Amino acid sequence: MDPMEIALQLQTAFPDEVRKIDEFRGQVSVTVRKNRIRDIMSRLWAEPEYYFDFLEDLCGADYLGKKEPRFEVVYNLHSMKHSHKIRIRAEVSETDCFIDSVTTVWAGANWHERECYDLFGIQFIGHPDHRRILLPEDWEGHPLRKDYPVKSDLGEHEWPGFKAVVETSKRNRRYEVR
Amino acid sequence: MPLETTESKTTEMTVNLGPQHPATHGVLRLVLDLNGETVVKCTPHVGYLHRGIEKIGETKTYTAALPLTDRLDYVSSMTNNVAYSLAVERLFGIEAPPRAKYIRTIMSEMSRISSHILWIATHALDIGAMTVFLYSFREREKLLDLFEMTCGARLTVAYPRIGGVRCDVGPEFLRQLRDFTDEFPRRVREYETLIDQNRIWLQRTKGIGFLSAEDAINWGVTGPTLRGSGPCYDVRKDRPYDAYADVDFDVPVGAAGDLYDRYRCRMEELLQSNRIIRQCLDKLPDGPILAPDAPDLALPYDAPKKKIFETSLDHASIAFSHERDFFPAGEIYSAIEAPKGELGFYIISDGNTRPYRMRVRSPSFIHVSVLPKLCEGHLVADVIANIGTIDVVLGECDR
Amino acid sequence: MPEIPAPYLAAAIVLVKIALVIGVVMLHVMYATYFERKVIGHMQVRMGPMRVGFHGLLQPVADGIKLFFKEDVIPAEADKGVFRIAPIIPVFATLSALSVLPFYEGFVIANVNVGLLFLLAMSSLGAYGVVLAGWSSNSQYSFLGGLRSSAQVISYEVAIGLSLVGVMILAGSLNLSDVVKAQQQHRTGMFLFPQFIAYFVFMVAAFAETNRSPFDLPEAESELVAGYFVEYSGMRFALFYAAEYIGMIVMSSIAVICFWGGWSLPPALLDAAPFLAAVPGIVWFLLKLYIHIFLFYWIRATLPRYRYDQLMSLGWTVLIPLALANIVVTAVVKFFL
Repeated sequence: MDPMEIALQLQTAFPDEVRKIDEFRGQVSVTVRKNRIRDIMSRLWAEPEYYFDFLEDLCGADYLGKKEPRFEVVYNLHSMKHSHKIRIRAEVSETDCFIDSVTTVWAGANWHERECYDLFGIQFIGHPDHRRILLPEDWEGHPLRKDYPVKSDLGEHEWPGFKAVVETSKRNRRYEVR
Repeated sequence: MPLETTESKTTEMTVNLGPQHPATHGVLRLVLDLNGETVVKCTPHVGYLHRGIEKIGETKTYTAALPLTDRLDYVSSMTNNVAYSLAVERLFGIEAPPRAKYIRTIMSEMSRISSHILWIATHALDIGAMTVFLYSFREREKLLDLFEMTCGARLTVAYPRIGGVRCDVGPEFLRQLRDFTDEFPRRVREYETLIDQNRIWLQRTKGIGFLSAEDAINWGVTGPTLRGSGPCYDVRKDRPYDAYADVDFDVPVGAAGDLYDRYRCRMEELLQSNRIIRQCLDKLPDGPILAPDAPDLALPYDAPKKKIFETSLDHASIAFSHERDFFPAGEIYSAIEAPKGELGFYIISDGNTRPYRMRVRSPSFIHVSVLPKLCEGHLVADVIANIGTIDVVLGECDR
Repeated sequence: MPEIPAPYLAAAIVLVKIALVIGVVMLHVMYATYFERKVIGHMQVRMGPMRVGFHGLLQPVADGIKLFFKEDVIPAEADKGVFRIAPIIPVFATLSALSVLPFYEGFVIANVNVGLLFLLAMSSLGAYGVVLAGWSSNSQYSFLGGLRSSAQVISYEVAIGLSLVGVMILAGSLNLSDVVKAQQQHRTGMFLFPQFIAYFVFMVAAFAETNRSPFDLPEAESELVAGYFVEYSGMRFALFYAAEYIGMIVMSSIAVICFWGGWSLPPALLDAAPFLAAVPGIVWFLLKLYIHIFLFYWIRATLPRYRYDQLMSLGWTVLIPLALANIVVTAVVKFFL
C-alpha cells in the first residue's frame, strides 16, 4: 500500500488525534496527539493491510523554542510483509511529559523507550522496566534536551561518581613517581 | 520409625559477568541469577561506552559529524560512514556518481567480510577453538592493509563521504583485491574444516540460543541474527542502495533459529560478499568520485585549499568552486544493511548547517536487549556462546 | 674403605634416583611449556616464542624468574592456611606418582606390586588440592570452578581405572614392570592392538583428568567461571601449572607403559632390524612419551571446548560402558585362550 494512503486512512479513523501529514523525499510522517497512541499503534500492527510488525526505531526529539508541544516521540515503522514504511510522531508537552508505552505491541520498544526516558526525560506509562539505560542510575538531568549543555563545568551538579574518581586521583597523587 | 527429613533451603546465586571480561566483546555487564547451572534471570547493563555521539553530532556540521560515525561499529567502520552519507544525501537530494557507488559497495562488502571474520574468530575462541582466530585474522590483515592503502587508516576510516568517497582507488588496490577474492573461498573452506562438522562444535551450537521468527521480528532483531530464524529481510534487497541493485547475490536464510544456523548464515555471507566484490570489480565504471552538486560537504569548509592527489585534481578544483548555501528543512530515516543488522540514521534538519537531531538506530542495542530472552532458562555455559552469536559491538550499542 | 651397611647404601641409591627423576621431570615440564607454545604457534601459522634466547629456548627460564619475583597476593577474606597448602597437594600427588613408573629396564624408584593401584590413588589425591584451592579463595568464580573440576576428575577416574583393568587382566599383575614384560611376549609388543578400546577410553579420560582441552572448562579463560586458581599469583600459580604438566607427563607415561610397550620394541620389529636392539630402552620410552605429549598439544590447538554437562554425560554414559564392555570381552577371551 502507498504510505500516503495509510496516513489518510489513519486520519479518517482517528480524526481528533492526527494533527498533520507530511511528505518529504518520499517518506510520509504523521504527527499525532499522544492520547490514543496505543490504539493507533495496535491498529497499525494488527490490521492485515498495514501489518506493521517491525518497529524500526523509536526515538525522541526536542523542539525547544521551535514549537509547542516541546517533545516528540518518533516511531519509524516497517512492514515485513508488504514492505511499506510510515513514520508516526507523537507530540508530548513539557508539563505533561508522559506517554503510553507500546511495549505491549512491539517487545522491541522496551530498550528504545528506556533510552528515550534516559536522554529526554519522557516517562512511558506501563513500561515494564522503567529506568535509565545508558547513563548511571544516579545521574541527574536528561542530556539530549536542548537546554542541557554539550560541554561545561557542571560544578555542584557533577555526577557523584566522577567526583569520587577525582578525589581518589588527588589522594593517590602522592604515589606518583616524578 | 519415620525418617526425618528437613527441607534444605537454596537461594539463587548472583554472578556478575563484569564489564571487564575476555568474552564480552567490549564493556558489557551481565548480572546473572543462577539456580545451580541454570540462568534464572539475566540483566544486561550497557552504557559503559556511551560517548554522547548523538549530542555531539548536533554541534558539528554535516561533514564534521562524519568521523563520529566511524566510531559506532568500529569493527566495520566503512558501513557506518556509508549509512550516514546515504542519509544526508537522501535528505539533501544529492546523488553520488556511479563510480563512487561501486567503490562504496566494494568497501561495504570488504567491511562485511572483515566484521564477519572477527565474529567467527571471537565466537570460536570463546567456545574453545583457538586456531580459527589465527587463521581468519590472516585474511582480515589483508583487508585492513587494503583499507590503509586507500585512505590511510585501518580502523576508523572516514572514507565514504557525503556525495561520494574521499579519494579514488588505484590500480594496485584493484589488483590486490582481485587476488584476495580469488583465494578467499578456499580460505573460508579452511576455517570451516576446523569447526563445521566437528562433533563438539555441533553439540555446542545446535539447539542453543533459539529465537523464533515471530519473537525476532517483534523484538526488532535484524541482520543474520534475524535471518537465522527464517525471515528473509535484508535491506540490500528490500531497499537497494549504492550498487546493490546492479549485482547478483543471494541472501542466506536459516530455518532453526539456533546458533548453528546463524553461524552458517554468516559463513555463507562471507562467500556472497566475495561474489559481490568480484562483480563490482568487473563492472567498475570510470568517472568522478564526488557528486558535482554538493562536494563541499565532502571536505571541511575550512580545509587548506591545496592539491591532494594528482589523479583527483579536477575533482579537487570542483570541490571548492561550489558553495552550498541552502540546506532544506525536513527529516529522513535511511537504513543500510550493516554486518550486524540494520543500521539506520534518523536525521532532522531545520535548514542550518548542522543537523538538528541525529539519531542512530543501532542493531547491537536491540540485540543486547534480546540476550535475556536467549539466555534465561538455559545453562550458564551457553551465555558466552549467546553473546557471541548476537554479534554485538558495544561502541554501536552505547553510542 | 669402610663397608657402608646395605640399608644405608640402598637408601642413598633411592635418594639419588629420586633426585634424578624429579630433576629430569621438572626439566621436561619446563620445556613442555615451551614446546606447547611453539607447537601450537606453528599450527596457528605463527612462530611462538622467538625472543628470549635462540628461538625462544630460554623462555621457560624467563617465565620462572618472573613468577618467582611476583608479588604474593592472598585475598583478604581467604582462608589463609588452606590457601597456602592447596597448591602443594596436586604437585605432591603427581610427583609421588612418578615413583612407581619404570622408565627403562630395571630403573624404577619403588618396584611395588600394586603400581597401577598406587597411580590411581595418587590421581585421586590430586583432586583434593583443586577443591581446596577453589574453596579457600573465597570467590564465587573459583568456587564454582573448583567444584566443577573436582567432579570432572572424579568421574573420569572411574573411566581410567576401568580401562586399565583390561591391561591388568592381560598382564596378570599390577606391577608396572611386569606389565611391560608381559607386552614383550606378544608379537606386536604392545597391548594397544588387543586393547584398542581401552586405549581410546584411557586417552580421552586422561585429557579430562589433567583438565586439558577439550575438557578444560574449569580453567578456561574465556568462559564464565575463570577457574579454581584465579586468585593465585606468583609461585603458587606456578605450582598449579607445574602440577598440570607433571600430570600430563604421568598420564602419557602410563599410556606408554600400559599400551605402547614401555621401553621395549615390538619383537616383530626387532627381528626385522636387529641393530635397533643396541639403542637403550630409555630412548624408545622418551620417543613414545613425546608422541603422546604432542597429541595433547595437537588436540588443544584443534578442538573446541565441551560444555560441562556434555562433558559429564560423555564420561558417564559413553566411556564407562565402553570400558566395562572391554573388561568383559577381555576376560572372556583370556579365559578361553
